[in-house]
Amino acid sequence: MRRSMLFLPGNTPNMILSGDCLGADAIILDLEDAVAPDQKDAARVLVRNAIKYLQFPGVEKIIRINSLDTPYWKKDLDEMIPLKPELIMTPKTSCAADVLEFDAYMSELEDKLGYERNTVKLMPLIETALGVENAYAIASASKRVAAIFLGAEDLSADLRCKRTKEGKEILYARGRMVLAARAANVDVYDTPFTDVNDDEGIRVDAEFAKGLGFTGKASISPRHVAVINEVFSPTQKDIDYAYEVMEAIRIGKEQGKGAVSLHGKMIDAPIVARAQQTIDMAVALGLGKEA
Amino acid sequence: MENKIAKASCGTMESSDAYMELEPVAGATQIELQSVVEHQFGESIRALAAQMLAEEGIENVRLSIIDRGALECTLRARLETLIGRAREGGSAHA
Amino acid sequence: MDKVVKTLREAIQLAGVKDGSRVSFHHHLRNGDYVLNMVMDEIASMGYKDISVNASSLFDCHLPLADHIKNGVVTELITDYMSGGFGAAISEGILEKPVQFRTHGGRPADIIKGVTPIDVAFIAAPTADTMGNLTGKIGKSACGSLGYAFADAMCAKKVVVITDNLVPHPLAMRSIDETYVDYVVEVEAIGNPAGIVSGTTKITRDPVGLVMAQTAANVIKASGLLKDGFSFQTGAGGATLAAAQFLKEIMLKEGIKGSFGCGGITGYMVDMLNEGCFQSLIDVQCFDLKAVESIRTNPNHTEVSAMHYASPDAKSAAVDSLDVVLLGATEIDTDFNVNVHTDSNGRIMGGSGGHSDTAAGAKLAMIIAPLSRARLPIVTDHVFCKSTPGSTIDVLVTQKGVAVNPARPELAAKLKEGGIKVVDIFELKEAAEKLCGMPKPLVKGDRVLADIIYRDGTLLDRIYNVR
Repeated sequence: MRRSMLFLPGNTPNMILSGDCLGADAIILDLEDAVAPDQKDAARVLVRNAIKYLQFPGVEKIIRINSLDTPYWKKDLDEMIPLKPELIMTPKTSCAADVLEFDAYMSELEDKLGYERNTVKLMPLIETALGVENAYAIASASKRVAAIFLGAEDLSADLRCKRTKEGKEILYARGRMVLAARAANVDVYDTPFTDVNDDEGIRVDAEFAKGLGFTGKASISPRHVAVINEVFSPTQKDIDYAYEVMEAIRIGKEQGKGAVSLHGKMIDAPIVARAQQTIDMAVALGLGKEA
Repeated sequence: MENKIAKASCGTMESSDAYMELEPVAGATQIELQSVVEHQFGESIRALAAQMLAEEGIENVRLSIIDRGALECTLRARLETLIGRAREGGSAHA
Repeated sequence: MDKVVKTLREAIQLAGVKDGSRVSFHHHLRNGDYVLNMVMDEIASMGYKDISVNASSLFDCHLPLADHIKNGVVTELITDYMSGGFGAAISEGILEKPVQFRTHGGRPADIIKGVTPIDVAFIAAPTADTMGNLTGKIGKSACGSLGYAFADAMCAKKVVVITDNLVPHPLAMRSIDETYVDYVVEVEAIGNPAGIVSGTTKITRDPVGLVMAQTAANVIKASGLLKDGFSFQTGAGGATLAAAQFLKEIMLKEGIKGSFGCGGITGYMVDMLNEGCFQSLIDVQCFDLKAVESIRTNPNHTEVSAMHYASPDAKSAAVDSLDVVLLGATEIDTDFNVNVHTDSNGRIMGGSGGHSDTAAGAKLAMIIAPLSRARLPIVTDHVFCKSTPGSTIDVLVTQKGVAVNPARPELAAKLKEGGIKVVDIFELKEAAEKLCGMPKPLVKGDRVLADIIYRDGTLLDRIYNVR
């Protein structure tokens, strides 16, 4: 279960060390934008040691490596793949070929290390106009892709529009990302809300993203994590309804009924699937009982 | 292993980090430490630094460490980066 | 009758200060106080020796007092708290006799009982009239409540009021009245307003601090104590203040009407009063301008003496009615004993203040502390010195879980039921040691730097020098 993903700057020990107690389901240890070019070596070693010694139990580790147009990305992968982080986030992914290039090198490393292929998954960061246009191709380029992630800051620069709090300028991109991800059967994550002092704004933004179909949302501030988790968790009402659905289905089966209805509404396969998702998540959160 | 060492630095003075400098000197290796946890961890920090230099076969250097309460994994990371930089000609390297 | 005396020197003479006298001061002007130094410099210049100073707290602005200790003018120190710069000087061993640390409740109790009789109380007054009626609520050096000065005024053999805002008799808005006052001295300034109260007290931005604060608010909710009539005290430290903010959100959302907020008061507590979270504030000391403004204008924001706040000898004190207190710690051990007197190097940098008084009184005494600070574990086997006994601490909130005192199994059960991650305190200690490594323990020397006197007058612990 991954609702929130928190960015932590890769060369700042003070931030990294408390990564597992800030409430985020996943941490993104950043070797890219948060690290100056002359400190890439230091960040790589620091992140590697932090994962090796601290392990961050109970939290998914995602590494944002540097992009293909830099001299750093292979070295980043050389250091990170042996640690088996759950995911590698690749910035500025613009087409399927980008994914395949990362994929091929990761496979090479996994083979060398004797790891099973696709041990470490990919989360392409889509933050260019071309990337958004190619979102489905990116999401379905490789079995290694587990999720795609929208980066609105770089994207709005590429679109030559102003990034606003309301985010009308990225509405199309958000919708396009969700469609592509769902069509490719992978998860999809929303861009961070960047005003760290706007506690109401983050809630509105997260609720909007959830409404569009995003799996979860990234954050650059620990202060936003709790709200993101809350918004992307099922409500008690959702959970109660999900159990009702499953119970109705069970009774229907017992009675040998073909069609089952609940509160006067037909329960079809998508409703059951959704109810099961809700229950799975509730159980993972300790809110539900095993169905 | 190539053991040419140039002057190099690494790390920061932020809390939970350490700032380090390494440079070749004429005589025996000297390790200088200033630490906010000198009493509790001074000996172990010096021992760690000496051990990592020895493992890399580095001699005749002056290593200075200003420690702001860095954990051992951070100190190891900074020392490794420092040694890497010193070998590659000194300045910060990607 | 004329109580106004032209110079401080004259007042010191008239009050009968002599070799071996005990003089007292309150700390409401905090790190902006001029009065203690002014009086002690004068006493020194008059050639007196062997003076005992009983100050409710000492700050770094009082460092000139260290010189008076070194040259023998001052040979005894009684206080409830000293900040790091002053504590460092004491930790060097400049004072031969151990410092006597008391609590904010124990200090007035011992003054009243005659355990620590005061010869002359010097009371800094932001406003006073010519007969000695005085208040802290108005004047250019306004500090709000003068709670810690009451016992001194009531019990000292002689009382000298020092003010920089002398007004005609009678001053209507008074805290301490003329019946206790012998002499009044007017001076240019009793303090530096910038150091007396902070403009605003700031909530922490540290992410770990915020995580702990949210957890603390959740613990209070899960404890079952958060209902109408709820009473609460919090320290002014970053994380405890943030917890108050989260608590306010819960109280407002659920429409809970508390009874009182207590202790040192900040603008955040004033907001809670104004937004209906409390019926009143019981204020022994104001921490910021908003609190000063509120105590001056809001009749539900009331000034109380240190006895009323926390004295163990009072027939009842405010702390006895507290539901919850949030406190900090520099160290806490697996028996829940807390150290707030020294840092992890054993150097004095604090004191009980109201820590152990509120812990003893409150139904739920909570410590908020991270597992470690700068590679030093906060959760340890043994604290360097015991400031507050573990038997009075119920809960420790860290960023990696909440430990409940094993003496409170019913509380642990409630918290678990409320979805709080309850862990064994030994697990927290191990987690801290795993993260930091095992620190080389401090070795105590044989010199006693200070005695920690518990609120009931018993010797709780001693602070030794570090070898």
